[in-house]
Amino acid sequence: MAGPMKMRATLAGGYTDVRVLMTHPMATEQQTKGQPHFIQNLTVKVNGKTVVEGQISQAVARNPVFSFRLSGGAKGDKIEVSWLDNKGDTNKTETAVA
Amino acid sequence: MRTVIGSAALALALAPAFAQQSPFAEYQRMATESAPVELFELMGEEAWKKKQGPKNVSLEQCDLGQGPGVLKGAYAALPRYFQDTDRVMDLETRLLHCMTTLQGRSREEATKRVFGNADNPSEMEVLSAYISGHSHGMPLRPGTSHPKERAAYQLGQKLFFHRAGPWDFSCASCHGEEGKRIRMSELPVLYKPQHTRPLIATWPAYRVSTSQFKTLQWRMNDCYRQMRMPEPIFTSDATVALITFMTVTAEGVPYRGPAIKR
Repeated sequence: MAGPMKMRATLAGGYTDVRVLMTHPMATEQQTKGQPHFIQNLTVKVNGKTVVEGQISQAVARNPVFSFRLSGGAKGDKIEVSWLDNKGDTNKTETAVA
Repeated sequence: MRTVIGSAALALALAPAFAQQSPFAEYQRMATESAPVELFELMGEEAWKKKQGPKNVSLEQCDLGQGPGVLKGAYAALPRYFQDTDRVMDLETRLLHCMTTLQGRSREEATKRVFGNADNPSEMEVLSAYISGHSHGMPLRPGTSHPKERAAYQLGQKLFFHRAGPWDFSCASCHGEEGKRIRMSELPVLYKPQHTRPLIATWPAYRVSTSQFKTLQWRMNDCYRQMRMPEPIFTSDATVALITFMTVTAEGVPYRGPAIKR
């Protein structure tokens, strides 16, 4: 079961800074002796439109933190971040730009 | 909309004390900004509101010293004397008290798993994160006026310097002299306010090296393990006294936790 996520999106100086925390073991191949468990895909959407589709590897720490800087944006824009891991687990969180 | 992917903030190590003078200050700031502590606060909120125990109630009416259910500033005023139990209690001791009284749980059941691991943090750990978060920015004012509070401070001071065990160690063996370090960790002198303040101001904390959220009761327990002493009893008078001694030594420092540590 996926643990909590937390996100903050703030508009300042023409940029929207998004910071998102996610709970995930991010267990590597080596740690698990061949049963890795890590986030593979990361998707960022602004008002329903995909703006980032990222692929990440095992080489990211447990409970990762990501930050994105989006140019422009307006207060109230809906930001959605979701992840999909190699076992098919998924989670997402949504917040409005403040 | 143009997009730039920022850095995947791999939270790395962090030297603990002396944040002001340290050349690692900038690095510490970055680590603090990417601390996953908030995730533990969220889990703690869930645990605080979860109905459980024979009485099937949540901890929401637990009196942490500021009145039933008052979280704001509660951690900053601990440890302190509680009249209803006639003893000095730190956060975890008080939480355990609420679990056994309010929720009707047995001490045995409630303390079965007080220290968690990275895959599964304990209830005490997430609750500590949630509750201490409500004192962020407030000066630490532990109880110092009641005779039992003074007695706890004195007992803690005594224990701090008391050498025992197979290695004839005391807390002061590692934390009693300036300029000592273990690998890249500067060892703070824990009876001197200027060393104790930055430390006590940041516990409980998320430790990057183990991906775990750790409490002060765990810190006492693990120091005794490192000294090869018998395991102290969770929330015993001895552990509370040591926590009281150090918190009173750090008195007045604005609380910056729950924080991130190496």
